[in-house]
Amino acid sequence: MLGYILRRLVILLLSLFIAAVVLFALLRLLPGDPANALVGVGATPAQIAAAQAQLGSDQPLGAQFLGYLGDLARFDLGQSFVSRAPVIDEITTRLSVTLPLTFAAFGLALVIAVPLGILAAVKARRWYGLALSVVSQIGIAIPVFWLGILLVYEFSLHLRWLPSGGFPLRGYADPARAVQSMILPVITIAIVMSASLMRYVRAATLEVLGSDFLRTARALGESRTHALIRHGLRNGAVTVVSVLGIEISTTFLGAVVVEQVFSLPGMGSMLLLGIQQRDYPNVQGVLIISTLLVLLTGFLADIAQRLLDPRLRQERR
Amino acid sequence: MDDGVNIAARVGSRKNITLWLGAVLVGVPLLAGLVSFVWTPYALSDMVGGRLETPGWAHWAGTDRLGRDILTQLMVGARVALVVGCGAVAIGAAIGVMCGILAAFATRFADDALAAFFDILIAFPTLLIAMLVVATRQEASLGTAILALGIGLAPIVGRITRILTKQVLGQDYIVAARVCGTSWPAIVLWHIVPNILPFLGVNLALQFGLAVMAEASLSYLGLGAPPPNASWGQMLQEAQGTVYSAPWGAVLPGLALFALVIGVNLLADGLRDRVSSQRGEA
Repeated sequence: MLGYILRRLVILLLSLFIAAVVLFALLRLLPGDPANALVGVGATPAQIAAAQAQLGSDQPLGAQFLGYLGDLARFDLGQSFVSRAPVIDEITTRLSVTLPLTFAAFGLALVIAVPLGILAAVKARRWYGLALSVVSQIGIAIPVFWLGILLVYEFSLHLRWLPSGGFPLRGYADPARAVQSMILPVITIAIVMSASLMRYVRAATLEVLGSDFLRTARALGESRTHALIRHGLRNGAVTVVSVLGIEISTTFLGAVVVEQVFSLPGMGSMLLLGIQQRDYPNVQGVLIISTLLVLLTGFLADIAQRLLDPRLRQERR
Repeated sequence: MDDGVNIAARVGSRKNITLWLGAVLVGVPLLAGLVSFVWTPYALSDMVGGRLETPGWAHWAGTDRLGRDILTQLMVGARVALVVGCGAVAIGAAIGVMCGILAAFATRFADDALAAFFDILIAFPTLLIAMLVVATRQEASLGTAILALGIGLAPIVGRITRILTKQVLGQDYIVAARVCGTSWPAIVLWHIVPNILPFLGVNLALQFGLAVMAEASLSYLGLGAPPPNASWGQMLQEAQGTVYSAPWGAVLPGLALFALVIGVNLLADGLRDRVSSQRGEA
């Protein structure tokens, strides 16, 4: 197990390195010097040279790359061109909106998807089992931002139950309004995510239902429900956990898009603002931290899967 | 106890409906997109109607906040979705199939390295890669979006191609072909490509759906094609502000996107069943 974790850790670091290289290459190979974005139009050569010295873009590419890797290792993501504030501080603030949104939505999606997915598999021959599978098929194809707009129309503009968007200026210091403004975004993402999770849960349950060990358990006199709970849950969970990493990443990206629907000040709006203002340190920071989170999630999901399934631990890969 | 068998039989009888429903849902936007090349009810950026007109005889789907005809925009949007979907899948398939076949043929070490590389790249969601590419370009354009999504899809196609190719390479007829003196390029062309094509095709259809959805997300965020191209995602972004007074403007583009994606998924499901049953694997 320790060997596997170490191997997986090497892959994680390697992936991060590749991501850093790609990001560095894409941003440096752009036509023009990043210093131009800093000084604005009509700057004197002296001002441009000063900006280049400040950014280090007058140094050879190799030296720039080493410096960049060193900064990343220390979580120093540079300063925003626009606000001059450290990028990492801005990201921390933004993550305090995006991460709760992601995890609340994902948690709600799990709570919806697991029981319904199992029900859809166990009662696959009843009309409601069938209906549940059809609903999940439909849910997968719903564009998440469209659903957000429709929910705003119904629950904010029509029924006037909840705010249509925005986040209190004082943030979580204003807990009631902060929670209120998160309800619709969380529901939006949870509906779409639970549809795709439900499909995995249903497939995993069907697999367990057709397995030899369940037949043996039934032959030994256990009831179907009892056998499913005792032997099915853990076996089914292994299959589902293997996709959780990707599903959480998808939820995170869904959050980035949905933040835009509800004008929440999260990672998504930071990225878009950064692109509009050519604020490269901010753009780079958002992308590298998002990548880090996505890769970390995959890493944890893989480890969790090994912990759940002793058979996988024996297997060498 | 016999749940699995009965469900399989029942699912089998539903597959034809799935296939036809999918074909219709894909066919309508396809037709609309093709027609839009030669004819649209109005010119795309002409402000021909009043602002936010309800759907009626003159404007079947109403007008947007600038008085532009929504049906026209929907048709052009179908064209954009199809062009982006096909373009991205073509780029993803070109890179992915080549790398996948190369990996399957490579030495053990190179194969392992390429497989690990695919796995690493797949960990990056397509939308994130696309955002990265778009973010680093000065100007967003249709070409950038297609390229970005194509690059994002390539490792997914590469991984599945590698697995399928390895399966075919293990077959006896490949050995027989080698004994007969067939060269490796000829084996790729005559044995591998035709054999992996059906399964690969089904997978590419699913990737098409992914690409269309991702493009809509990009344009919704303002990272897609610039204004003269009416993308469904962009229409949704513009209509969001007027959703209360003119809900149809926000409902219709989303509905079109939804129908196309679910159509592609149904079509892929139906085709997969066809392919497997023809090969006696159903």
